[in-house]
Amino acid sequence: MNRSTLDLWVGIFVTIGVAAILFLSLKVGNLLTVSNDQGYRLEAEFDNIGGLKLRAPVKAAGVVVGRVEGIKLDPKTYEAVVTLKIDRGYEFSKDTIASILTSGLLGEVYIGLDSGGDTKMLADGDRITKTQSAIVLEKLIGQFLFDKAAGGGDAPAASGGAAPAAAATGGTR
Amino acid sequence: MALRRVGRATISSVERLGFAARFSLAVVVHAPAALRRLRLTLREIYFSGVLSLVIILVSGLFVGMVLALQGYDVLTRYGANESLGVLVALSLVRELGPVVAGLLFASRAGSAITAEIGLMKTTEQLSAMEMMAVDPLARVVAPRFFGGIVSMPLLAALFSTMGIFGAYLVGVRLIGIDAGSFWGNMQAAVDFRYDIVNGIIKSVVFGIAVSLIAVFEGYHARPTAEGVSTATTRTVVASSLSILALDFVLTVFMFRGLGV
Repeated sequence: MNRSTLDLWVGIFVTIGVAAILFLSLKVGNLLTVSNDQGYRLEAEFDNIGGLKLRAPVKAAGVVVGRVEGIKLDPKTYEAVVTLKIDRGYEFSKDTIASILTSGLLGEVYIGLDSGGDTKMLADGDRITKTQSAIVLEKLIGQFLFDKAAGGGDAPAASGGAAPAAAATGGTR
Repeated sequence: MALRRVGRATISSVERLGFAARFSLAVVVHAPAALRRLRLTLREIYFSGVLSLVIILVSGLFVGMVLALQGYDVLTRYGANESLGVLVALSLVRELGPVVAGLLFASRAGSAITAEIGLMKTTEQLSAMEMMAVDPLARVVAPRFFGGIVSMPLLAALFSTMGIFGAYLVGVRLIGIDAGSFWGNMQAAVDFRYDIVNGIIKSVVFGIAVSLIAVFEGYHARPTAEGVSTATTRTVVASSLSILALDFVLTVFMFRGLGV
């Protein structure tokens, strides 16, 4: 094999290999738009986090503004403490409500932030005090059956009772 | 009699292990020599990397196309067609890219390295080099080892890229999933640090394992025609097994605590 031909082939190989790594990083991994190390952390306490997982998205008005970075149980209050990492550039008021939501029936679990009217903004390390826990389907069904039994099989009354039950299970704290 | 045979087999395998450890250390020590002999290393990158391109690209394309077909079949039962891009990208970048590319690399390039070094030993070229005060570890082994380490991550990345391209062809062009949701969901789910960097680390580790096994088996082969063929077989078997075992260990360490 001629020297320059060999060099050419190795050069082509390395070039397309590096191009493949760049493609995976930029197009598939979306490295350009997601800034990993930029941002600040917030904490939120929930009664029940349902199926929330690490790295689940944090959304405000449907826009992804951060990720769930840590989940642990407070040993004193027995409540789940969720650490949220919010991208730099997004600020939320002190009275923001954090709720655990599900996209669709079987979709991913995410945290939704609804900003309030307070002029003071949450800073790094602050705790979101108003939270809404995940709606656990089993509890909801149990509540529905309980209401139905109590209502004596009256169908309209039972279906009317399910809506307050849902509100009670995932009530604002 | 049987006891004596068991004892001899044990002693010889322990001896082999000791030699392997000493040899690995010597190869790692001599690896920088590959940079001084850049011409030889480039030649080995050509043999192990460039010549493996066709098999890697074609199999990547087909693996991606099959993944898309099978994934679509299952996902459509749950009405989650749009997640096809996520399924394909995550399984390729995390697992299939490094592992399947590593297996192909072991059988395509690893076996060739073993056969070449084994034949050099059989025809006493290695001894001749030592006579001429040329260290075969620096002249023959180090460039092949280094070439394998350079080639393997690039091949794995090309495999994943071709797989995603194949899935795009089948999913978007053939089946008709919306291209925006295919790429959008993929970009939302694939994380650079967790998925892509870990995939690249995996392929580097596999490259080191396969190259080390290949040069060791060649260097340690019995200097006969049968010995070289046995060594070649051992390379493919040992490197395939160690890729799969290493993959399990690495996956346990990389992806624990993510709820996957």
